[in-house]
Amino acid sequence: MSTVVYVSNDAAALSLGAEEVARAIAAQARAQGVEVVIKRNGSRGMFWLEPLVEVVTEGGRHAYGPVTVGNLPGLFAADFLHAGAHDLHLGPTEEIPYLKHQQRLTFARVGVIEPASLDDYLAHDGYRGLRRALTMSPAEIVRVVTESGLRGRGGAAFPTGIKWQTVLDASASEKYVTCNADEGDSGTFSDRMLMEGDPFVLIEGMTIAALAVGATQGYIYLRVEYPHAHRALNAAIALAYAAGYLGADVLGSGKRFDLEVRLGAGAYICGEETSMLESLEGRRGEVRVRPPLPAVKGLFGKPTIVNNVISLASVPIILDKGAIYYRDFGTGKSRGTLPVQLAGNLKRAGLVECAFGVSLRELLYDYAGGSASGRPLRTVQIGGPLGAYVPESQFDTALDYEALSNIGALLGHGGIVAFDDTVDMARMARYAMEFCANESCGKCTPCRIGSTRGVEVIDRIMHGMDRDQNLALLEDLCETMVQGSLCGLGGMAPFPVRSALKYFRDDFLKVRRP
Amino acid sequence: MNEPIDNIIARYRGQPGPLLLVLHAIQDELGYIPAEAVPAVAEGLNLSRAEVHGVVTFYHYFRQSPPGKHIVQLCRAESCQAMRGEQLAEHVQQRLEIGFHQTSADGRFSLEPVYCLGNCACSPAMMVDGHLYGRVSPVRFDELLAEWQQDP
Repeated sequence: MSTVVYVSNDAAALSLGAEEVARAIAAQARAQGVEVVIKRNGSRGMFWLEPLVEVVTEGGRHAYGPVTVGNLPGLFAADFLHAGAHDLHLGPTEEIPYLKHQQRLTFARVGVIEPASLDDYLAHDGYRGLRRALTMSPAEIVRVVTESGLRGRGGAAFPTGIKWQTVLDASASEKYVTCNADEGDSGTFSDRMLMEGDPFVLIEGMTIAALAVGATQGYIYLRVEYPHAHRALNAAIALAYAAGYLGADVLGSGKRFDLEVRLGAGAYICGEETSMLESLEGRRGEVRVRPPLPAVKGLFGKPTIVNNVISLASVPIILDKGAIYYRDFGTGKSRGTLPVQLAGNLKRAGLVECAFGVSLRELLYDYAGGSASGRPLRTVQIGGPLGAYVPESQFDTALDYEALSNIGALLGHGGIVAFDDTVDMARMARYAMEFCANESCGKCTPCRIGSTRGVEVIDRIMHGMDRDQNLALLEDLCETMVQGSLCGLGGMAPFPVRSALKYFRDDFLKVRRP
Repeated sequence: MNEPIDNIIARYRGQPGPLLLVLHAIQDELGYIPAEAVPAVAEGLNLSRAEVHGVVTFYHYFRQSPPGKHIVQLCRAESCQAMRGEQLAEHVQQRLEIGFHQTSADGRFSLEPVYCLGNCACSPAMMVDGHLYGRVSPVRFDELLAEWQQDP
């Protein structure tokens, strides 16, 4: 009898040595004459435990971690292949509290299955949503997505069903489904984990979207910084074509859907939807003036769905289990679940998918266990480089679109970056402006010029030059950028700056050495 | 005439919106986008030189000069900053004896800033020659550097 051992193939796990661990397990097993089958899964999202090794026993999967090559002789001696006792033994994987209390809908299979296996996907409820969708009319599919309450998980939180309805209602010779996989916000990695750990669910979601609006061509716009996801997606797309899930006749329905991955080239702005479309068309990623909306006039001038990875990957389970099943999770106008990404200075950083409404404090302390450095947490930035800094006094805020909006913050793509009390918030504010200056597409003046002036003004404030006048000027500049920018880059870069000024003003006023 | 570039253009010219595909393929093949590629691509795709040059220079990823043997991409974004990424950046520049956007005189290393590698649960992060590394401390960097330096 051979034992099945899972070692993650997720880029983050690999970055901590998972490949070396997998090879060493195989070598040691061979040397000892023990039969093991090593399977490569995605990550469970508990990154402080990576490289995580799971062994399949009669009592389910048992986890060990974090495992180094040096631990292996001891693990073999402890008979870990039969869940033997060892310091690194974590018990049954699903019983680990961090994982046990999550509500994994979109991430149900990530870390569980082998992403490179279509059979494994099918054995874990894969393609049930598509089969269901094939029995429905386009309008019915759109209605289910609308009723589920799903809102765009990329950051804008626009109701997905309404976007789809607009594309469905447009008449055109060609329509497109595009997936925005340009996950550029610092502190976010849910798209990456999903594409690496369960690529078929994204393919299935896009296929359902295509059926819903009558599109025949899809593109995944993937950031070039994600080579592992690129390989996983291309491998899955090839398998989906070979098995008839993509191509001229999707599952014998007579409907065509072709899908291709296109790579970005290191431009943050291309996560903005109109800039992404420009880039897909092979041009500079300069934002377009809206209207027309992409749903009316998008890629190559045709009606186009632009959805984030997580939005599209949530569609299969909605179709499979119904709108009500999904809508029953969450709170208020934030329905369903959100894969929260806990990052930065945290002891147990990782991915937590749970229903909307969980508090920041629960996430930062119960899940993440406070700071990695052992120092007090001072602030978190939510929603990427354009998101507000939230002070400790507001950690009881619930994580949903409206509650965060009420405190002047935003959820964005669900990334939370934590900072301990050594952070200099004037520097972080300066960085926000500097990042905006670096990444501005240049099309509108408030963003292009405003961000550069913003860096200069903050520099003057930090160095005590005409402080009061420059603080007033900075406020004025922020207002101009918010009101006058064409898109969210210039329009939101002031959010981190203003929140830093509001809650951490002393950091701007302290005396600095030149 | 430049054979690899012409072959790449021929391979992708029938695709919709092919310019980024072509530039990626050229950089994959040659390590950068040489100046002489710009007119060739422009002609091959029926674009102006200005359009091609504009795209090459818009995207941070496209290089206009040959990179070093090893390309060190260090994340400078917030999550890595929260985990002493700035101190690591200082250390890396000191050890490689180059600044960001520079290539060492011996042609061994290029240092590039990146804004997020999606490894934010394991900050600070860097990617070297396509390999991702997490929780990189100055000590860990030095260990890795010793390995690359043995590589002739």
